[in-house]
Amino acid sequence: MTPRTKPPDAFSPGETPTFEVSARESLRDSQLRRNLGKATQTIRRKRAVAVEELPDWEELREAGRALKERTLRHLDTYLLQLEESVTRAGGVVHWARDADEANRIVAGIAKEKGADEVVKVKSIATDETKLNEHLESEGIHAFETDLAELIIQLAGENSSHILVPAIHKNRAEIRELFLRELDVEDLSDEPKDLTNAARLYLRKKFLNAKVGVSGANFAVAETGTISVVESEGNGRMCTTLPPVLVTLMGIEKIIPRWRDFEVFMQLLPRSSTAERMNPYTSFWTGVSGEAGDGPQEFHLVLLDNGRTDVLADEIGRQTLNCIRCSACLNVCPVYERTGGHAYNSVYPGPIGAILTPQLVGIGKPGPDSLPYASSLCGACYQVCPVKINIPEVLVHLRGRVVRHKQDGGTLRQRLDPENVAMQAMAKTFSDPKLYENAQGLARVGQWPFARGGKIGSLPGRLAGWTAVRDLKPVPKQSFREWWKEERG
Amino acid sequence: MRVALFITCFNDTLFPETGRATVEVLERLGHEVAFPEAQTCCGQMHFNTGYQREAIPLVRRFVEIFEPYDAVVAPSGSCVGMVRDLYPMAADLAEDPDLARRVDELAPKVFELSEFLAKRLGVTDVGAYYPHRVTYHPTCHSLRMLKVGEAPLELLRNVRGIDLVPLGEAEQCCGFGGTFAVKNAETSAAMLGDKIRRVLDTEAEVCAAGDNSCLMHIGGGLRRLQAGVETVHLAEILASGASEER
Ligand code: SF4
Repeated sequence: MTPRTKPPDAFSPGETPTFEVSARESLRDSQLRRNLGKATQTIRRKRAVAVEELPDWEELREAGRALKERTLRHLDTYLLQLEESVTRAGGVVHWARDADEANRIVAGIAKEKGADEVVKVKSIATDETKLNEHLESEGIHAFETDLAELIIQLAGENSSHILVPAIHKNRAEIRELFLRELDVEDLSDEPKDLTNAARLYLRKKFLNAKVGVSGANFAVAETGTISVVESEGNGRMCTTLPPVLVTLMGIEKIIPRWRDFEVFMQLLPRSSTAERMNPYTSFWTGVSGEAGDGPQEFHLVLLDNGRTDVLADEIGRQTLNCIRCSACLNVCPVYERTGGHAYNSVYPGPIGAILTPQLVGIGKPGPDSLPYASSLCGACYQVCPVKINIPEVLVHLRGRVVRHKQDGGTLRQRLDPENVAMQAMAKTFSDPKLYENAQGLARVGQWPFARGGKIGSLPGRLAGWTAVRDLKPVPKQSFREWWKEERG
Repeated sequence: MRVALFITCFNDTLFPETGRATVEVLERLGHEVAFPEAQTCCGQMHFNTGYQREAIPLVRRFVEIFEPYDAVVAPSGSCVGMVRDLYPMAADLAEDPDLARRVDELAPKVFELSEFLAKRLGVTDVGAYYPHRVTYHPTCHSLRMLKVGEAPLELLRNVRGIDLVPLGEAEQCCGFGGTFAVKNAETSAAMLGDKIRRVLDTEAEVCAAGDNSCLMHIGGGLRRLQAGVETVHLAEILASGASEER
């Protein structure tokens, strides 16, 4: 099989469509709607039960938040400490300013080993840098070994969920894909058989690969220990079988001490898969030495790629607390209906809506539309195990998007109808006289649209409202008019 | 206690009956209600849509107008959420420490109607009579920003004659979300569709909530479908039929 390249997203060169445009397509996909609806409702319920079991859940969340916040405050110190501990344990640390630098480092290591194949354990950081595409361009095939990642890689698609990347596919589709791509003769659509086909295929890859590539859930500054938390055991294979292991991680994945795991290992599995403990948690510190299992050579690539910019934003920086549990996706009413592809980013859902525009920078139409892909209902904040106030960051980023447009200062931006309307309304609201006049005008201005005691259609952008809802006409007397009459 | 009514621009213009009901409930409980006529809008729509510099003068006005009172009551969870949760952010953006201090003093005195009644005054029976089958949608900002909890339901349970039926998946957003309903109209409609299905499942005559913005959205959908379900603000239910009972 030839790994296909994924469609471009916010982290690829060029522009991506806005959320509104992409969502329209996803909303019409009936299979996606039912799969997602069912999956998110089930996991929501299970998560609530798993969390309910811990009487100190709120304290744990607070501890997780505080640990992350302190780490980020002293990130420079902890990163140097991590470099030192990893080096002491026999690993090599590389620093990558951006995606390109990170990709070149990984490709360089693979080429040096003469590898034309690498096995990968699911890592969103490498999706962010487009590592697979880069390796491909240097003649190196990257094989995803997580079942769902394998599926979407074979299909040449993007992941639609952080944890369940193939949530949008059903088993008939997966069976067809495997028959076509994996050289199997006969296959039922039973999950057991599908998994087995993937297992046989991947087993060969694991045993032959010279280089394994992973991401990281956590990296302990104090000891240099890296951790990957997973469900299938493919991560364990990737990080122990190949003689060379390369881990690419964002600089925010650091935790100060070994004992901090106590907090995060309670928060993460319950939030993500609603399990008390996930099936496989791998820890490794440097290289394995002479006798033991595991890699003889270990490289850690520390990736910035916009993260220090996020850190510089006082309100936005809490985004870096994220431990990628995906609880916010599962409770999000927008995500539940549009799915992940509408976000055009390797980071979908509420976390994607705040992380993507911050990482790629404000001023690009696609990512700029993401902070608006929310009704600000706050369900995400309520479940986030590290207490990221996602609605607050969404609102803050909307402000940055608007200020960027206004200060960009082109005439077109200033004459943007929304901007003009908002300026006019702000002026109206700042003066009770103007405001009262506007109330009167609203009453008069609606008559072209009112019919039979309701308004069934509005012009322009407001047509979105009346496409599915009637509008009640403005009543004859405002509250303040009544007050003046009765009490004035 | 000097109680001021913050009617909100939305209710003032589109739902005056909610304002009248709020005044009636508060007066019935023996409070004298002041209506500072200089009030306009809290700035929520501007702030949440990203026009935050434009919202700052509105924040200043609000603070100046309402800081003399002991309590400010509004029949809208989301406008109160704006004042309590987002005014501090606005004051920071304005780089005005004096405004920030005044916001901090004012914010805890601003209440959504149901929390003012149940939590601040400790009243859960306002003597209302409303002989209808009602389901209640808790609205996200009341629920998650203000954490009013059971307050509105307690008030409703004590209404005479009411047949209160629980709403399925009640805590799910209805899809209004301010300018979200226009900017992401299709996604908003998909959320509305599911909310309407839950409302219809209850076979209620009335869908109630503490926020007319969400109700305008839900009610607009129900009316378009000719579903035969009314949307009514909580305040109006609480103000109903009291005279007959007394
Ligand atoms: S933002 Fe919070 S809830 Fe969402 S993935 Fe990150 S840690 Fe989990």
